[in-house]
Amino acid sequence: MKKRAFFKSRSLPYLLILPQLLITLTFFYWPAAQGVIASFQLSDPFGFRTRFVWFDNFIALFRDPLYLKSILITLFFSGSVALISISCGLFLATMANRALRFTTLTRTLLIWPYAIAPAISGILWLFLLHPSYGVVAIALNKWFGLDWNPLLESSHAMLLVVMASAWKNISYNFVFFLAGLQAVPHSLIEAAAMDGASPFRRFWAITFPMLSPTLFFVTVMTIIFSFFESFGIIHAVTQGGPGGSTNILVYKVYQDGFIGLNLGSSSAQSVVLMVLIIVITALQFKYVERKVQYTG
Amino acid sequence: MVEKTPVLDLFTYVVLIFGVVLVGFPILYALIAATLSLDEVSRVPMSMIPGDQLFNNMQEAWSRGHLGTQMLNSFIMAMGITFGKIIVSLFGAFSIVYFDYRFRTLAFATVFCTLMLPIEVRILPTYEMAANIFGPLQSVWDALGLDGIVSWFAQHEVKVTLEFSLLDSYAGLILPLIASATCTFLFRQFFLTIPEELCEAAKMDGASPMTFFWKILLPLSKTNIAALVVIEFVYGWNQYLWPLLITTNARMTTAVIGLQHLLPSPEDPPNWHIAMAGALIVMLPPILVVLCMQRWFVKGLVEREK
Repeated sequence: MKKRAFFKSRSLPYLLILPQLLITLTFFYWPAAQGVIASFQLSDPFGFRTRFVWFDNFIALFRDPLYLKSILITLFFSGSVALISISCGLFLATMANRALRFTTLTRTLLIWPYAIAPAISGILWLFLLHPSYGVVAIALNKWFGLDWNPLLESSHAMLLVVMASAWKNISYNFVFFLAGLQAVPHSLIEAAAMDGASPFRRFWAITFPMLSPTLFFVTVMTIIFSFFESFGIIHAVTQGGPGGSTNILVYKVYQDGFIGLNLGSSSAQSVVLMVLIIVITALQFKYVERKVQYTG
Repeated sequence: MVEKTPVLDLFTYVVLIFGVVLVGFPILYALIAATLSLDEVSRVPMSMIPGDQLFNNMQEAWSRGHLGTQMLNSFIMAMGITFGKIIVSLFGAFSIVYFDYRFRTLAFATVFCTLMLPIEVRILPTYEMAANIFGPLQSVWDALGLDGIVSWFAQHEVKVTLEFSLLDSYAGLILPLIASATCTFLFRQFFLTIPEELCEAAKMDGASPMTFFWKILLPLSKTNIAALVVIEFVYGWNQYLWPLLITTNARMTTAVIGLQHLLPSPEDPPNWHIAMAGALIVMLPPILVVLCMQRWFVKGLVEREK
């Protein structure tokens, strides 16, 4: 840590950090520790008796075909959301960056899905894709003879939640890409243009490599979003169905823990998610740290 | 741009217009549906010409969905999280950056680690914690066997139960979501960029730490605070999982959760016009905040993540 002009006081610094530490310990460390302990225990649904079973919950988890299916579903879901929202966000940002006079206007027009709750985004898309009333569903039926029904058909339901999540995420990614693009030095682009590089070549040879930290960051954030915050979309739209086809990991934790009251398994699932997110975040810090100096 | 490329320019504008329409379409569709009557909304395909029922539908959604109470709850929750986080984080970062004390690094590490785990991965134990905030105290009490000691003094069996529940309360909705380090981290980074001379000068003028904080640090942080107000307000308003768990009472739940009850189920008449009117009402406050404070927000959002 950089040397600062420090104040010296016996109690004031402790007093200042106390509220944060209290809240963190109460609502973060204690529950996290309890979660880890519970993942090694087996208890009856009413919590009267608990038994320490070491890794049994985890072993059972990775033998459970439903859990393995949920992993695959989550990977597919996150991958699709990331692919769609990142490519669209980058494409639109590149275009907005070209339309110099209208950059602010397009940003204003594209930014606001960021402010919409995932659950509401899910509801909007549910209506749009509703088998009887949704304009898209009707069009699909009329023009392609497709019997579209996300309420019954697994792949349609998946497509619905992917669309709702990707739509919500485009604007967030767009904001970051636009900021990244605007930070690319203009002189570099001009020099390349004088050397006769076409706009496309300039993009791939100069802009894109300079965007790579942004791209990396946005990818991590989109994955984290699709892992966790998409809970609202799943709960509001499909409730994990039909037939468990949209039962992503975080929804399964909720379902097994709060509805199924299978505390051991739910805790073990939480711990798996914790490890996963710690790895992702650590990777992000390790990578970004090299680009930006946190400690100054 | 660098050279004239009319074809590419045209392409740019076509793509942008297409993109704006595509991003806007779900909202536009909802907006049109919200202006129609039940007859019109259930006609297949729905008319794309707005009707005149917007106000009626909004009123209907407002009363049927208890949106008055729920919007107020959402507002209290969002404001509580926003200002709770910012105040706690300002003090925390001030302590970590400007004071020399023994557990400084430990304190920072303790706070920093919370960056890693969103509430979604520790829902069950956090729920238990909220159900009885004295749970940890009780554990300590039990572990120390204090019941035995008290019983010995009292000459008869005593069982002490410490219990205080945050379920269905504003504190329960707000406090657990304040436990995150993002704001502290941002303020810390920002404080580290403020020249040390400012602090030296203030000290030389005889300013106490808190005077320095109120008179110099706080005014300098205005832009960051404004950006965080937007980000955290949106975050708080749009929370889903936590209010879903911690509230059982329809009068304590938030608008985003309550909206679910306006969705027509297969047995109901297709009241999509009411559901969409409700959705528009509930999504409006965070959208307004983002659009009105766009300049700070974008700056804050992008800088926060750097």
